Amino acid sequence: MSEPISASRGEQQPHRLGGGLINRSRPVRGLFDGKAIEGFAGDTLASALLANGIRLVGRSFKYHRPRGILTAGPEEPNALVELRSGARREPNTRATTTEMFEGLEATSQNRWPSLQFDLLSMNSLLSPFLPAGFYYKTFMWPASFWERVYEPLIRKAAGLGRASAEPDPDHYEQAYAFCDVLIVGAGAAGLAAAQAAARSGARVIVCEQDFLVGGRLLADDREIGGVPGGIWSDAVVAELNGRPQVRMMTRTCVFGVYDSGVYGAIERVSDHLPQPAAHQPRQRLWRIMAKRAILASGAIERPLAFPDNDRPGVMMASAVRSYLNRFAVRPGQRVALFTNNDDGWRTAKDLRRHGVEITAIIDSRPDVPAPLKAQWSDARVIDDGRVSGTSGGTGLRAISVTTRGGRQRIKADTLAMSGGWNPDLGLTCHHGGRPVWRDDLAAFVPGQAPPGLTAVGAANGRMLLRDCLAEGSEAGRKAAEDAGFVASGEDVPRVDDETFAVTALWHVGGHKAFVDFQNDVTADDIALSEREGFRSVEHLKRYTTLGMATDQGKLSNVNGLAIMAALTGQAIPAVGTTSYRPPHIPVAIGALAGHHRGKQFRPFRLTPSHQWAQQQSAVFVESGAWLRAQYFPRPGEKDWLETVSREVRTVRSAVGFCDVSTLGKIEVHGADAGAFLDRLYINTFSNLPVGRARYGLMLREDGMAFDDGTTSRLADDRYFMTTTTANAVRVFQHMHFCHQVLWPELDVQFASATDEWAQFSVAGPHARDVLARLVDPPFSIANADFPYMGVAELTVCGGIPARLYRLSFSGELAYEIGVPARYGDALARSLMRAGEPLGIVSYGTEALGVMRIEKGHVAGNELDGRTTADDLGLGRMMSSKKDFIGRVMATRPGLTDPKRPKLVGLRPRNAGERLYAGSHLLPKGAAHTIENDQGIVTSVAFSPSINHWIGLGFIVGGATRIGETVMMVDFMRDSFVDVELCAPVFVDPKGERLRG
Amino acid sequence: MRIACPHCGLRDVREFTYLGDATPERPDPQAPDAVDRFNAYVYMRDNTAGAHRELWYHGAGCQAWLAVERNTRTHVIAAVRSYKATS
Repeated sequence: MSEPISASRGEQQPHRLGGGLINRSRPVRGLFDGKAIEGFAGDTLASALLANGIRLVGRSFKYHRPRGILTAGPEEPNALVELRSGARREPNTRATTTEMFEGLEATSQNRWPSLQFDLLSMNSLLSPFLPAGFYYKTFMWPASFWERVYEPLIRKAAGLGRASAEPDPDHYEQAYAFCDVLIVGAGAAGLAAAQAAARSGARVIVCEQDFLVGGRLLADDREIGGVPGGIWSDAVVAELNGRPQVRMMTRTCVFGVYDSGVYGAIERVSDHLPQPAAHQPRQRLWRIMAKRAILASGAIERPLAFPDNDRPGVMMASAVRSYLNRFAVRPGQRVALFTNNDDGWRTAKDLRRHGVEITAIIDSRPDVPAPLKAQWSDARVIDDGRVSGTSGGTGLRAISVTTRGGRQRIKADTLAMSGGWNPDLGLTCHHGGRPVWRDDLAAFVPGQAPPGLTAVGAANGRMLLRDCLAEGSEAGRKAAEDAGFVASGEDVPRVDDETFAVTALWHVGGHKAFVDFQNDVTADDIALSEREGFRSVEHLKRYTTLGMATDQGKLSNVNGLAIMAALTGQAIPAVGTTSYRPPHIPVAIGALAGHHRGKQFRPFRLTPSHQWAQQQSAVFVESGAWLRAQYFPRPGEKDWLETVSREVRTVRSAVGFCDVSTLGKIEVHGADAGAFLDRLYINTFSNLPVGRARYGLMLREDGMAFDDGTTSRLADDRYFMTTTTANAVRVFQHMHFCHQVLWPELDVQFASATDEWAQFSVAGPHARDVLARLVDPPFSIANADFPYMGVAELTVCGGIPARLYRLSFSGELAYEIGVPARYGDALARSLMRAGEPLGIVSYGTEALGVMRIEKGHVAGNELDGRTTADDLGLGRMMSSKKDFIGRVMATRPGLTDPKRPKLVGLRPRNAGERLYAGSHLLPKGAAHTIENDQGIVTSVAFSPSINHWIGLGFIVGGATRIGETVMMVDFMRDSFVDVELCAPVFVDPKGERLRG
Repeated sequence: MRIACPHCGLRDVREFTYLGDATPERPDPQAPDAVDRFNAYVYMRDNTAGAHRELWYHGAGCQAWLAVERNTRTHVIAAVRSYKATS
């Protein structure tokens, strides 16, 4: 028996009682809508508000009706507040699960100018025009109003709370855990299961979404094994905490069941603090790998649908018990109870125990069990009665009760209602299983659960505590056994007397009987949906938005489909249910992203000369995961074009070097290495002499060009293959497929060497002179000793192992030099030093690109997966003497059609005009329509060698139309330029510089 | 989801790349109707609901190509073998 705290202490908290699980030695203060509130550690924001006498907490979504606290848990649909301010402001936060902390600031939502006087509650007057689906029938005339008037208005009206637009200052972690048995929910059944599993020695993880362990035992006055429920659960928790292989996780909600025994959980590490402690995350996302899992998530009490059942003061009966027993708060002073089941009567007992006046107990059943009524001879008990209305403006003052005898008005400031209990079975449906209807419980219970997951206790439709303990214990034992441990059965402790019976009552009748509180959906809306033909549960949901709010229908789904079943004359199971998908509760996107934000969004790879390039003030570009130096600006240069043109001119007149380490490199060894390469490439490599390199093109099996590179032969059975940067991993995977799946008989082994070698191109008339200063004798780099396309293994700089390739992407006299990656930085500096007297420049990817376009070398822009070897002008490379990947499909009529666009060079007719990649090529004078489209521009560059823009592209007819003028059409950049088709080479067409 | 690689053990699905049905075999390129056969090999697939034998590549692990027997309705994996072992 507990009295309210006396006035001298509790003026601020007029409804505070004694007892409870709050910590009175730690008072906390906060603000709600700017008004000071007081509470204690262990309160939620909801219990503190109620203790302070505040019960108007929000305005409903559509009608702006006053709303109060309906529940004491995460299923809360009404008490949604904006918590915190500034960058941490979070809308739609449930006051019922928000722990009170010192300095908490909360603001109500969806009202203007204030909660008490919300002008938008005028919407209520318009309610005949705002039923479910009204927006399908309005906002259509005049058509011009849609974008200018209706949409902006609807956007302003939509939503409940406002998100902060500032970057999230908190960080979020991702973590992994492994166990034999995962227990979801630490109520009676969950604790019994955990105890049984843990005693076998199995690794057990227990996840409880609340900050205290015990479930309904925290809120209900029960006895287990002769002691109060809370004492029993404390003892079990102490035992579990004493076992090192058990992990108890509170504030952690398992939100999803994924394949292969993987469970997703979100741990709210710092949500209950003003802000996270230094170096702590705000929340932690867990992936838990469990051999077995037990779902002990309990059940959620169901509201009753009667007119004006949403008035502040109407509350779930079990929530009233939570506030009385756990939070030591009296929700009101004159409480009525409306129930259709035995469990509701528990609330009457607890109210009496706490000295709260009970004005009426209304049970809708005509056959209320006598033992229930027995202790209530002094109270007003109404059998076979219905609450048919409420009154009181922004707070309940009276209820209307209808019986066969007529209607009466009963005073009450709080109405505790109970329509039965729905097992919280969402997780059992995550693999597509559907729940099963039970008439005796008037509820759904789990059907086929995901493999490895078992539901127990109230989550499985067990409404008696004794059955919860028994089923939980046995499931824990079995799960440990399935995971390979020896587990013995436990005796189930005795519990206090209990009964359970329910008679379904889906709709009392009348208007404004709310079914989905958060989305303002009433029983009338369901009837409207049925009248308009939207009768299946999937249509009902989407037409009325029932079940689509942030509470995902936890309080409304069953009532909604039961009402639809009655309207359509079907049994409830026939109407069916909608699917449950993860996440079971809202999960912050920041938690799902973890540390993958900003620069850490994905990993990045640096080239061996990255630091050196940074020191040269290089500007970097992202090339897949790589950061590559794009160009090296010098002081005084006004833009990238000036820098890049300088780099190109210097390479072509003196010498330059560029880091090309990012290209894929693959060692290919074995007696059949050459034969293997022959089957991959369109051209032949088995006849490549040792010490030579050759350009190769490979196709996909569908005949399209896939990748190109140069492959060198270092010995009879040793080749060194290169790929493009972008395709390195894909080509490697393809090679493994070909070897393991297609041709396992070939004697070939290969390994990725991309990260092993630092590689630089050295290009220009002085390239040989620079390298001559670095190569060690006896190697001779003279033209006669090391001709074009030669390859050698040697040492440089006094003994460093290296490979030298005489290859040219730029068209100049050029080499590529490779050294082990750890020497990359040193080699870059050595090249600069050796080349300084010769005017050496470092160049980046832009200059690299300009030069290869000047020479007409195809690259990624041209190898886009839609072009064939023929299109690229490389058809002659295709060997007719061997099979290779893609050979057969490349002969398809569609790929050999002469009308396919073919590679061609492009130059503007007027030298001053700019070309744009991505533009289309149409005949001069033709209308700019798709019918006249003849080709596309794939690569463009400003050529400092000939002082105007140049391009490569594909056009119907290709080289046969050289000399013709066509139109380059670019709608996006509003550019229409006459271009002349020419050979795809603009510098040194005979290739004389290569062989000098 | 996790896949039990026969060489590396039970690993997160993110270490693997999925290709598709393992049953099509590369046709003989010399056959007279090779183009038709290759067309079927490259493009045509039965979209099976139920037991499916498929190719996965353990790219972030041992780089083995694996033949996996997976039910496309339930995602339950019945067996995982290296492709070489099954041919």
